[in-house]
Amino acid sequence: MELTMAGALNAALRDSMRDDDSVVVYGEDVGRLGGVFRVTDGLQAEMGTDRCFDTPVAEAGIAGTALGMALYGLRPVVEMQFDGFSYPALNQVISHVAKYRNRTRGRVGLPLVIRIPYGGGIGAVEHHSESPEAYYAHTAGLTVVSPGTPADAYALLRASIAFDDPVIFLEPKRRYWLKEELDLPVAAPPIGEAIVRREGTTATVIAYGPMVTTALEAATRASDEQGWELEVVDVRTLSPLDMGTLVASATKTGRALVVHEAARFVGYGAEIAAELSERAFGYLAAPVLRVTGFDVPYPSAKIERHFLPDADRILDAVGRLLEY
Amino acid sequence: MSVEVSSAASGPSSFPGLSQAAWQDVAAEGALGAATPHDVDLSAEQLRSLYRLMALSRRVDRQAINLTRQGALGVFASSQGQEAAQVGAVFALEADDWLFPTYRETVGTFARGVDVVELLALFSGSWHCGFDPYKYRVAPLTTPLATQALHAVGLAMAARIKHDPIVALTFFGDGAASEGDAHEALNMAGVYGAPVVFVVQNNGYAISVPYRLQTKASSIALRAAGVGIPGIRVDGNDVVSVYGAVKTAVDRARRGDGPTLVEAVTYRLEAHTTADDTSRYRSDDEATEWRGRDPVERFLRVLREGGVVDDAFVAEVEAEGEATAARMRDFLFDAPAGDPREMFDHVYAARTPQLDIERALLEQELRAAEES
Repeated sequence: MELTMAGALNAALRDSMRDDDSVVVYGEDVGRLGGVFRVTDGLQAEMGTDRCFDTPVAEAGIAGTALGMALYGLRPVVEMQFDGFSYPALNQVISHVAKYRNRTRGRVGLPLVIRIPYGGGIGAVEHHSESPEAYYAHTAGLTVVSPGTPADAYALLRASIAFDDPVIFLEPKRRYWLKEELDLPVAAPPIGEAIVRREGTTATVIAYGPMVTTALEAATRASDEQGWELEVVDVRTLSPLDMGTLVASATKTGRALVVHEAARFVGYGAEIAAELSERAFGYLAAPVLRVTGFDVPYPSAKIERHFLPDADRILDAVGRLLEY
Repeated sequence: MSVEVSSAASGPSSFPGLSQAAWQDVAAEGALGAATPHDVDLSAEQLRSLYRLMALSRRVDRQAINLTRQGALGVFASSQGQEAAQVGAVFALEADDWLFPTYRETVGTFARGVDVVELLALFSGSWHCGFDPYKYRVAPLTTPLATQALHAVGLAMAARIKHDPIVALTFFGDGAASEGDAHEALNMAGVYGAPVVFVVQNNGYAISVPYRLQTKASSIALRAAGVGIPGIRVDGNDVVSVYGAVKTAVDRARRGDGPTLVEAVTYRLEAHTTADDTSRYRSDDEATEWRGRDPVERFLRVLREGGVVDDAFVAEVEAEGEATAARMRDFLFDAPAGDPREMFDHVYAARTPQLDIERALLEQELRAAEES
C-alpha cells in the first residue's frame, strides 16, 4: 500500500505496541488528538490510556519520566512536539538519559526513544523549523537516527524502539507527507548503517533526513542537465556514524559533499568532512564541501527558501568540486 | 547586615515524644494549618533501629569528612544535622520501594542499606555510581538539582501501569525546589496520581544563598496546594515526626491516592561540602542554636528518658560505628583507580566502531607509558 512517512511512523508505533506490552507512547497532544502531525493517530483508542497518553506541557518532565519508566522496565516512546521545544529537555537528555548506562557501570541501560519532528520548509512560525541534530550527535551515549524515506521511517523507528539504548529519533517534518509504496512490515536495517540511495561516479552527495529527497532531486537533474552521475548516500544513523560506507563512496568517486539544513559552523557536516579528509585523503581530488543552511537564526517563513539548501545549491557545489 | 536566621528556624519545633508525632498540613486552598498531634506506631525495637541508623550515619559522615581532609575522597557533602530527616524518611519505605537520592543524601542512602564503600564512589572518584541500583532499588546519587524527582515520578508511573504496589521516594532541597524540574515533577505526579513521596529537606541554605532568596513563600510545603496534592510541614530534626509524616504519605501513595509533598525543616550543621566556607554567609550563633537541636543527641536523650535504650545498647552502636569507619578507611584509602580502558565499555550496550578506535589509541598510550 502507499503510505506517507507520517503513516509509516504511525504503523511502526502501532506494530511495536502490539508486539510488546512494555512499549508506551506519550507526549503533548499525542493521545486524544493523535499528535499535531497525527503520527500517534488512533493509538490511544486501540491501546488504552495506560499505553498512550497526553502529558502536561513539560518537556523536561516528559524526558525525565521516560528515564524513570525505562529504569522500571518499560520502553517509553515520547514525543517532543517540535524541534524548538525540545530544548527544555536537554538537561535531562544530556545529563541523565545519555549517561545512565555509563554512570551505573553498565548496570542500567535505558531503552527509550525520544521522537522529535525537526527541520524547516513548512512555512512555520519561529521555533518550529530547527535542526538540533549536532547537539545530540555530540553527546556520548545517545544514538541519533533520522530517516529519509517512509520505508526507513517505519523500519528505523521499530529498530529504535527495540534498541537497548536511548535513541533520539529525528523526523524530517517536511517529509511527513512523502509517499512510498510499502509492504509492511518493512525489514529493519540495523541501526548504524548508512545506505547508497543512488549509485554514481562523478561525486558523492551525503545527506540525511529531509535532505535525502533534495539530494536525489539534485542527482536526477545533474544526470539530465549535466551528464554528472552523482552517488547519493543516506546517513540514516547520525550516531554512531557508518564511516565505512561514506569512505567507500568517496574513495570511489574521489569527490564528496555533505548537505544539511542545519547551520554550517560546527555542524554535523564538519565531522563528516574531517573524517573523510583523514580516511580518504589520498583518494580525494577535491576538498570535501558542505552545503548547509546559513549561520543565522532560522529565518521567517517568507524567506526560508533562501536559507534551505536546494538542488541548485547542491549542483553549484558539485560544479565547484569538479573545478579542482 | 548580619545574616538573617533562616526561616527554617521558624519551623515547627515540636518534639512530643516517642509515640507521638506532630506536623502541619497544607489546606487545599493553600494555607498551612497548625501542628496537630498524631500517634505513630513504632515499637521499641524500631525506635532502637532508628537511633542505630542515625548514630551510624553520623559516624559515617564524620569519617567521610576526615577521609576528604586526608585526600581519600575528592569532596564530600555532609548530612550532619539532617539525620532525622533522611533516616526517618527512608525508614517509612518497604523493601520493594525505590529511593531517588541526591549527593546530599548519603546518610539516607546508607540507611536504606547501600554499602558505604560503594556509596562513596561518587566522592572517591572511582566511578560515578559505585552501587547497583537494581540490587538496592536506589537510583544513583544525582548532582543536577531536582532532575531525579522526575525519574521517581516516571518509575512510579511505570509501577502503576504494571499494577505493582510500590512507592518511589525522592529527596530534594530548598535550593533545588526552585528548579523547573521540581515543579514539573510535583505537577506530573499529581496529574497521574503517581505513587511518589517528595521529601524536601529545607536546611535553610543552597550553598550560601538563604531560604528567603529562594522563595517569597513562607513554606515549600505550600506548593502542594498549587498542584493539587497534599502537603505536610514537619520538624525535620524530630525523627519520629518525620517518620510519621512520611509513613502517612507512603501509605497514601501505596493505596493509590497519589503523591505527597513533605517539607522537613532542618539545618545543615557542616558546610555545603568540604570545599565550602560557612563563615562567609552564616553566623556562628545560628549554627550554635541549631546544634542545640542536634537530631541524634535529641533522640538519644528521649530514648534514654523513656527507657528504650541503655548504656550497653549505645556502646554497641558506637562499636558498630567504629567498625564501619574502619572499613571505610580500609577500602577508601589508596583505593585502586581501576582500568582506564573501562571508560569505553559502558557508553552503549555494545562498543561502537568509533569507540574501538579511541580505545586502541588509549591502549597505545598506556603501553608507551609502561615501556618508558
